[in-house]
Amino acid sequence: MFDIQKVREDFPVLRQIINKKPLVYLDNGATTQKPRCVTDVITDYYLRKNSSIHRGVHFLSSQATVEYEKARETVSQFINAKNKHEVIFTSGTTGSLNMLAFSFGEKYIKEGDEIILSEMEHHANIVPWQLLCERKKAKLKVLPFNDDGELLVDQLEYLITEKTKIISVIHISNVLGTINPIKKIIEIGHSHGIPVCIDTAQSIQHVPIDVQKLDCDFLAFSGHKLYGPTGIGGFYGKEKWLEEMPPYQGGGDMVDEVSFEKTTFNQLPFKFEAGTTNYIGAIAMAEGINYIQGIGLSNIADYEHELLEYGAAKLKEVGGVKIFGNAFARTPIFSFHIENVHPLDTGMIFDKMGIAVRTGTHCAQPIMQHYGVDGMVRASLSFYNTKEEIDYLCTGIEQVKRMFL
Amino acid sequence: MSTIKEVQEDIINEFEVFEDWMDRYNYLIELSNDLPQIDTKFKTNEYIIKGCQSKVWLNADYDDGKVVYTADSDAIITKGIISLLIRVLSNRSPKEIKETDLHFIDAIGLRENLSPTRANGLLAMIKQMKLYAIAYDVKFGNN
Repeated sequence: MFDIQKVREDFPVLRQIINKKPLVYLDNGATTQKPRCVTDVITDYYLRKNSSIHRGVHFLSSQATVEYEKARETVSQFINAKNKHEVIFTSGTTGSLNMLAFSFGEKYIKEGDEIILSEMEHHANIVPWQLLCERKKAKLKVLPFNDDGELLVDQLEYLITEKTKIISVIHISNVLGTINPIKKIIEIGHSHGIPVCIDTAQSIQHVPIDVQKLDCDFLAFSGHKLYGPTGIGGFYGKEKWLEEMPPYQGGGDMVDEVSFEKTTFNQLPFKFEAGTTNYIGAIAMAEGINYIQGIGLSNIADYEHELLEYGAAKLKEVGGVKIFGNAFARTPIFSFHIENVHPLDTGMIFDKMGIAVRTGTHCAQPIMQHYGVDGMVRASLSFYNTKEEIDYLCTGIEQVKRMFL
Repeated sequence: MSTIKEVQEDIINEFEVFEDWMDRYNYLIELSNDLPQIDTKFKTNEYIIKGCQSKVWLNADYDDGKVVYTADSDAIITKGIISLLIRVLSNRSPKEIKETDLHFIDAIGLRENLSPTRANGLLAMIKQMKLYAIAYDVKFGNN
């Protein structure tokens, strides 16, 4: 295990007073805080090392290029990709999924084809596919979940037809915390010859991921939820797909030769990285990955599971709290209602107590529709959160109940 | 009848006695109970002002040269703030409403509730209240 107090010292943002109370940051599902080593890398780059990659022959440019490609190596090892050119740097999960929907869609989707998603997707894994369906007159099909927040994976076989071209599912729900059985989903997809994409925005920072063991065809994640900077993320695709798929955006760096008659494209991964990428973001994201690898992903998963069990028991104890989602396998994300209190009112009182949570629909309106609610309060925890902070959350709930009920 | 300026001063004085945010919010919760019920026929999508997270319904009638507002919200603190806005702006002439600077909100420490990033729809509500005043002014005013 690791020393939680020591870990917290690595995150300066956690040591501050908000509304005269010590900050209790429980909005990690929206974004995680950054350890000092990550911000140090960013500062150091802008102050001393900045230079555009893949362009210049001068010292700084070569140095940045080496570091950028080293960052790709770090990501590649982190998810255990077979080849490092299967890792593409993007702006984040949303950027990755838009790229996939566009590029895969251009090549493989035609009128009448079907795409399968789940009912618990984040909007980022719904809307790009909907846009594709509109362009190509294709159809979305949805794998439902039960009230405990578990996907009805057995129904997948019935949804699949000879027209199904791709399955894209969220690994861990950003609302319910459910860890979906993606290995099984991938196996079912592959048994029909259908590629599977997993959205790991909420999982890559919590559980170890091995793309070769999972055998997923595509994977998307965000740097800012992985203790790295915002505006950077990653996309993994198996080489055979990426070779066949057309470029998403055109511009500098992604080309081989350009004339007004014809352009030939650069090899992987550069084919999918048009223009000057967020190279400092990529390098800093790799630093964040190194940081959590130093703590150990399995240590993180163990401790977060402890927080889950503690939090679930405490929230049950406090009474008058309805928790959405009760999957067997989940991470410490608690989406709830204090009964008869509007989530916005709850969030406003929490804010005054220094507690940062998210309220609203969490970019997953189909989940709200499933439970018939307009919104939820969500406390999403990370390995730097403590049991004392969960206790304080419960104090907050008691306070809200006293004021509104 | 007090002027808009006087009502705003009254509210500022009322809030001055509260020492911390909790007292202020408790008072808003109390005020939310005092807000006269809006006629249910106005609690439809036609009258809704959409915040991202809470709903606000607003209706405005014109009666003897004055605009009379009724409103409701599904969130209580939002509703409390609405009751203050109605106390200040309702039963006033369109001209008064149009020209009013709602400085009391700032003075009682609720400014954060009116920032554009807030999801409660209050900023949109104030805009809509003023739009009603402008509309009635155009329709019935003697410009």
